[in-house]
Amino acid sequence: MSKLTTSRSELDLDRPNIEDYLPPDSIQQPHTKLRLRDLLDISPTLTEAAGAIVDDSFTRCFKSNPPEPWNWNIYLFPLWCLGVVVRYGILFPGRVLILTIGWIIFLSCYIPVHVLLKGHDKLRKRLERALVELICSFFVASWTGVVKYHGPRPCARPKQVFVANHTSMIDFIVLEQMTAFAVIMQKHPGWVGLLQSTILESVGCIWFNRSEAKDREIVARKLREHVEGTDNNPLLIFPEGTCVNNNYTVMFKKGAFELGATVCPIAIKYNKIFVDAFWNSRKQSFTTHLLQLMTSWAVVCDVWYLEPQNMKPGETAIEFAERVRSIISIRAGLKMVPWDGYLKYSRPSPKHRESKQQSFAESVLRRLEEK
Amino acid sequence: MGNTSSMLTQYDIEEVQEHCNNTFSQQEIVSLYQRFCQLDRNSGGFISADEFLSVPEFAVNPLSQRLFRMIDGLNFKEFVAFLSAFSSRATLQHKVEYIFKVYDSDGNGKVAFSDLLDVLRDLTGQFISEQQRELVLTQVLEEAGYKKDSTLVLSDFMKILGNSGLKMEVEIPVD
Repeated sequence: MSKLTTSRSELDLDRPNIEDYLPPDSIQQPHTKLRLRDLLDISPTLTEAAGAIVDDSFTRCFKSNPPEPWNWNIYLFPLWCLGVVVRYGILFPGRVLILTIGWIIFLSCYIPVHVLLKGHDKLRKRLERALVELICSFFVASWTGVVKYHGPRPCARPKQVFVANHTSMIDFIVLEQMTAFAVIMQKHPGWVGLLQSTILESVGCIWFNRSEAKDREIVARKLREHVEGTDNNPLLIFPEGTCVNNNYTVMFKKGAFELGATVCPIAIKYNKIFVDAFWNSRKQSFTTHLLQLMTSWAVVCDVWYLEPQNMKPGETAIEFAERVRSIISIRAGLKMVPWDGYLKYSRPSPKHRESKQQSFAESVLRRLEEK
Repeated sequence: MGNTSSMLTQYDIEEVQEHCNNTFSQQEIVSLYQRFCQLDRNSGGFISADEFLSVPEFAVNPLSQRLFRMIDGLNFKEFVAFLSAFSSRATLQHKVEYIFKVYDSDGNGKVAFSDLLDVLRDLTGQFISEQQRELVLTQVLEEAGYKKDSTLVLSDFMKILGNSGLKMEVEIPVD
């Protein structure tokens, strides 16, 4: 597990007032004179802490919810065993074959196009886009993806960004097979990183490193440049910043919402009937996750392209982000929680503890004055 | 009880229930076990500092450090016993004892002025000066009939908090 670092002040900038979401402060603020028992009675604070130990809304966002096992019966069990045999013995090799064929076709077209058409950028970009859409379709076929798209297909226009909720890296593949987006992603190690630096570069993807503080300004600048360019692929951003388990949405980072562009929300909801598509990056690598998908019956999901939104006059970027988050959450049936996804990697800002301390301190001082 | 097993047997549940004096029902213990396993990510059999502090709601609590000292390294049985004070079936005596233990960080059965000051500091942070904190404490202590250098024991706590309608309950979500 990665070492937790104390959060930096930039996390504060990304967060609207958490107090708006959390239940009202359980510490009562009576106005009677301060007595010894009021100071000794720390039960409200203790109750809050125990409540957090027992159940908290943040951990719930990242809990894998595998589908209910149904093979617990004398006749269901052999059926299930047969299913396992079919999935691992017939479907899986078939899918690996499809994927291999797809890669062969892709590489044998992509490399010549990339190398030979260096001078003819417009044509090259168009072909590369089509090829990336093709390989993504092969990927989706390799999990028997049943994807239903609702709403108007995204078009490439300047001054617009697409935002979507994030469950797994396959979100990108599912969306990419329909439209070649340029996405902004965390740089990954391994074979994924290799794909990122070669093929995905060609559709205009932007990389960042979560742990680098300086990275933020550079990334913000790259985003702005991309959005303002006329010939770039439409930009896709996952403002949650991390994979969430498709039952909840965590707070959206405001970066995508202050580019001065129209924001087109996309809602993605996976049906857990055959497999849980949530990529729990703490529990499994992406390769294991893909293998899990390839050995299940199908990946079923719905994608809704929602109405483009503009920042209303007088709205801050954070309010805009929350408004779009609620549009997406309502459409996909997800619950909203007030936590920053990056709390997976760092501790919360001391600001929250300090505000609790401040309100208690003020109450003590005020009640001391009472007669 | 095996630390590596992910399933509780009926014997395990009954053992834990006995250990916490039947303050939790068997279903609640099963839920707590799921929660314990969820928090204990590296399956070490206990929840470490990092794992507790990775729950943001716990980390922002002003008393988290103090509680954490009490809960660090507990196995599941002790974890349930620790939380038993928050059950609706726990007696008032039990809850007051628990609060006393939070104050009595060195465990010698006596809560001195410095212990009271420590907890007040945790709760108020930098928003009251140290001097003011001492003044406030001295004042309320004297009003209650104690001197600044007197130490409080459990019976004092029972007297002060005993009839105040202490509300300290947490509901265990049962699937």
